[in-house]
Parts: sequence; C-alpha cells; structure tokens
Amino acid sequence: MTVTAAFFYLFATITIASGFMVIASRNPVQSVLFLILAFVNAAGLFLMMGAEFLAMILVIVYVGAVAVLFLFVVMMLDVDFAAFRQGFLQYLPVGALIGVVFLIELFLVVGTYLVEPRLIRTPAVPIPPPDVMTNTEALGMVLYTHYFYFFQAAGLILLVAMIGAIVLTLRERMGVRRQDIVKQNLRTRDTAIEVRKVPFRQGV
Amino acid sequence: MELGDILLAVAIMVGQSLLMLVALLVFIAYALYADRKVWAAVQLRRGPNVVGPWGLLQSFADLLKFVLKEPIIPAPANKGMFLLAPLVMCTLSLAAWAVIPLNAGWAIADINVGILYIFAIGSLGVYGVIMGGWASNSKYPFLGALRSAAQMVSYEVSIGFVIVTVLMCAGTLNLSLIVEAQNTSLGILGWYWLPLFPMFVVFFISALAETNRPPFDLPEAESELVAGYMVEYSSTPYLLFMLGEYVAIMTMCALGTILFLGGWLSPIPFAPFTWVPGVIWFVLKASFLFVLIAMVKALVPRYRYDQLMRLGWKVFLPLSLAMVIIVAGVLMLTGLAPGMR
Repeated sequence: MTVTAAFFYLFATITIASGFMVIASRNPVQSVLFLILAFVNAAGLFLMMGAEFLAMILVIVYVGAVAVLFLFVVMMLDVDFAAFRQGFLQYLPVGALIGVVFLIELFLVVGTYLVEPRLIRTPAVPIPPPDVMTNTEALGMVLYTHYFYFFQAAGLILLVAMIGAIVLTLRERMGVRRQDIVKQNLRTRDTAIEVRKVPFRQGV
Repeated sequence: MELGDILLAVAIMVGQSLLMLVALLVFIAYALYADRKVWAAVQLRRGPNVVGPWGLLQSFADLLKFVLKEPIIPAPANKGMFLLAPLVMCTLSLAAWAVIPLNAGWAIADINVGILYIFAIGSLGVYGVIMGGWASNSKYPFLGALRSAAQMVSYEVSIGFVIVTVLMCAGTLNLSLIVEAQNTSLGILGWYWLPLFPMFVVFFISALAETNRPPFDLPEAESELVAGYMVEYSSTPYLLFMLGEYVAIMTMCALGTILFLGGWLSPIPFAPFTWVPGVIWFVLKASFLFVLIAMVKALVPRYRYDQLMRLGWKVFLPLSLAMVIIVAGVLMLTGLAPGMR
C-alpha cells in the first residue's frame, strides 16, 4: 500500500508541478513540453486506478498526436507569450471566479461521498475486476451495446468537425503547379525522351 | 506486502531488464554490421572487414570512437534540451522492449494492453527528433525535424489500422495472446501474414517510414538537409540518436514478427522443429524482417516528399480503412470472430 501511495504522490506532484510550469515558463516550446510531461503523468495516475486502456489512449492521442501538432505550431509561429501576459491583472478576477466555482464543485463531489458512504463503492469499482474481464473488453462491452447510439453520434460530430476544419482552411491558390503522380508514373520512355540527331554548328 | 518481498521483486525486475538490455544491444551491434554488409554486398563492395575477423568487431570500434570523441554543443543551442533530445529518443525506443515476449511467458511485463503500450511509446519517439531539431537552433535540423514529425504522424495512422485488423482476428491486446492465437495445426500457413497479406505489406512499408529508414529517410536526406535533425550532433549524443533509431527498427521487426509471423512459434508444427527453443525462432524471424529492411535500403531510391505524403494519406489510409471493414465483415459473416467461436 505504501508503494502505491508513494507512486501516487510522485505522479501527482509531477503532474501539478508541470501543469504550473506550462503557464509559468517563458519559452512557449518549453510550455508545450511541460504540458506533455503533465499528460504522461496523468496517464500514470490512470494506470494506478486500473484504467489501463484510458492511460494508453491518453498517451497515443494527446501526447502522440495532438501535442505534436501543438509543438509544430508553436515552433513555426513565433508566439510571444509575454504579450499575452499584459492584461494579467485585468483578467485576474474572472480567472479567480472560475477557480472558486471549480473548487466549490470539487468540495460538493467529495462532500456527497462523506454524506452517503455507500456511493464510494459504486464508482470505485466502475469495471469488473481484472481477472474476470480486462479493462478494454469492459469498455467495449458498454460502448458498443448500451451507449451505441451516443458513440455513433460522437463519431458523427467529429466527422462534421473535421470536414468543417478542412472547408475553412481550404483555399484555391492560383498559379500553383501541382505534381500529378499518376501522370508521372504513366510516362514511358517514348513520351519522356526524344533522341535527335543534332547537325554540326546548327543546334536543334 | 513485506519490504523484503518488494525489494526482491524489484531486484528480479532490474535483473531481467538488464539481461534484456545487454542482449538487445549486442544483437543491435551485429544488426548494424549486417545492415552494412548487406548494403555492401548489393553494391559489390566488401563492407566493414578490418576490425576483428571479417570485421565482426566493427560496431564496437564505432562505439568506442563515438564515446571517446568530444561532444560539441553549438553556442546558440538550447543546451538542456539539446542534450535531452537524444536521451529521450534512446530511452523511449528501449522502453518499448519491456512488453515484447521473446518466448512463451518471456516478456518482462506481460500487460493486457501491450500492443497499445508499444504504439504509445512509438508515437512518443517523434519528440526526440523534434526536440533535437529545435534545440539545435539551426536551419537544416529544424527542417529535418518538421519533416520527420509530419511523416511519423502520417504513417502512425496506417500502422494503427493495420494493428486493428490483427487485433480483430486475435481478439486480444496482449502480445503473448496474439501469438498464441496464431498457434494452429497449420504452422506457417496459420499465421496472420497469409490471410492479412495486404496489411503485412502496408505494415512493412509504414514501419520503414515510421523509423525514418530509406526510402523514406527524408528527415536526414543528406543531399538536401546534410543530415537533418542530427546535423549538430556529435560523439555520444549522436550515438544515442543512432542507437535509438536502430532500436526502433528492431522494435518494428519484433512487432511484425509478433503480429504477422507467429512470434516464437515454430513454422512447422512437428516434433523435431518444436523442440527448438521459441526464442531462436523469434530471433530468426525478426532477423529475416531486418534483412528485408536492409535490402530495401540498398535497392530503392529515396522518395520525394510529396510522394511520401500521398502514399501515406491517399493510398495507405483508404486501403487500411477498407481492410478494417472487410476483415470485420468477413469475421462476422463467417462466424470466425474470437468470442463467436
């Protein structure tokens, strides 16, 4: 139990510290890298709760794909974070208000458990024990049967969002010479090369 | 648990990991040698032949050379990140080997989501390249890093779908159980390479792109980018980059062996062949895939960048997506899907 607790505090401390460093570090690239560290440690916390599938998907989707694109953009555009901090004091009350709302909500959630101790048992074992069914199987069983329509709807929304993003960014540029690979591959020796006899001192 | 038990478990884990690490590194030293020998043989050269008998100690001489030289850190570089990048690359690619089963029950960690773990660790490998390219603070490394990031993210998609088809046939995410699912009386004909042959080809080509191997070595294309993201690196940091790259290649070979070539299973399921220890079959199969990769390097000219992107997004993605649907449909209609049997 002590080992589990030690690992929990390790992951939790690094998550919070790197989360703080995301907003504190001056260099935007370093911010993104700290964000990645926070993601990876959150995955570690998921693992400790027995949610192995969620942990791996967090790393694959957020760290492996989303954060790479973040990093890509931050490196390409020279984002000046110092400029963002200009209105820090101006926005402080709004930020503090949101923080307080979150804090109250957290207290309410924890408070419910204290009031009704039986509730703890239900969410603490949201999945069958690992020797009966693996985490991944259990998720699949629920997602593809009980919540099938919601799952499909989520997929549809993502598809629409993707098409929307493509439509928004697509622009027809004039005067661009594109390479048509099919056309290139269909070229033969006859169409590509012409052998000519060049008369002396006359050129082609 | 008692403290003694915990310490014993940790000691056993460390011992196993060290054994795996040493075996893997020695194997990689000779894989590197084999890579250069195959390349030389195709070009009618002799390849490394001076250090040791037939040049067998060449990789170790290279190791010494890299370690003993002076590491040069460019003045405008971001020093911390510059040194962190090769470490990240090397550590992450070695970490994938924690779940690879070399024989029945021989994985250091036999976890239920083994294949997802390898996929996750593999998708992190790109950070070593991006960080190296950015921290160098120089033109060519940066361009190489950007190319590499785009390339690895693109080909991960098709590798993911290839893995999904295999998972549907095997019905599990555990690497050992995926190998066991291929254990039929048919031997080599019962492995997944035969029914899923198009996916095996897609996997092989995507693995080349994912590990920045020729013909997809655009991130380090020497004719345009000098050496891509590795331009500013020298001595041990460079060694770590190169080691990480070769470990990643071996991981892909091992993954191909597990997913399509039946892991540690004997190709002929009779008595004299099944007596051979499974780990020997595993190493033979992984080496076979590695020789194929080495041959591709020697035979195929480098792709153009737009061709690379077209292949990933316009050819492999629709193909693998169609195969996922076809395989799922066939499994459902014939009742062969695991869990329906």
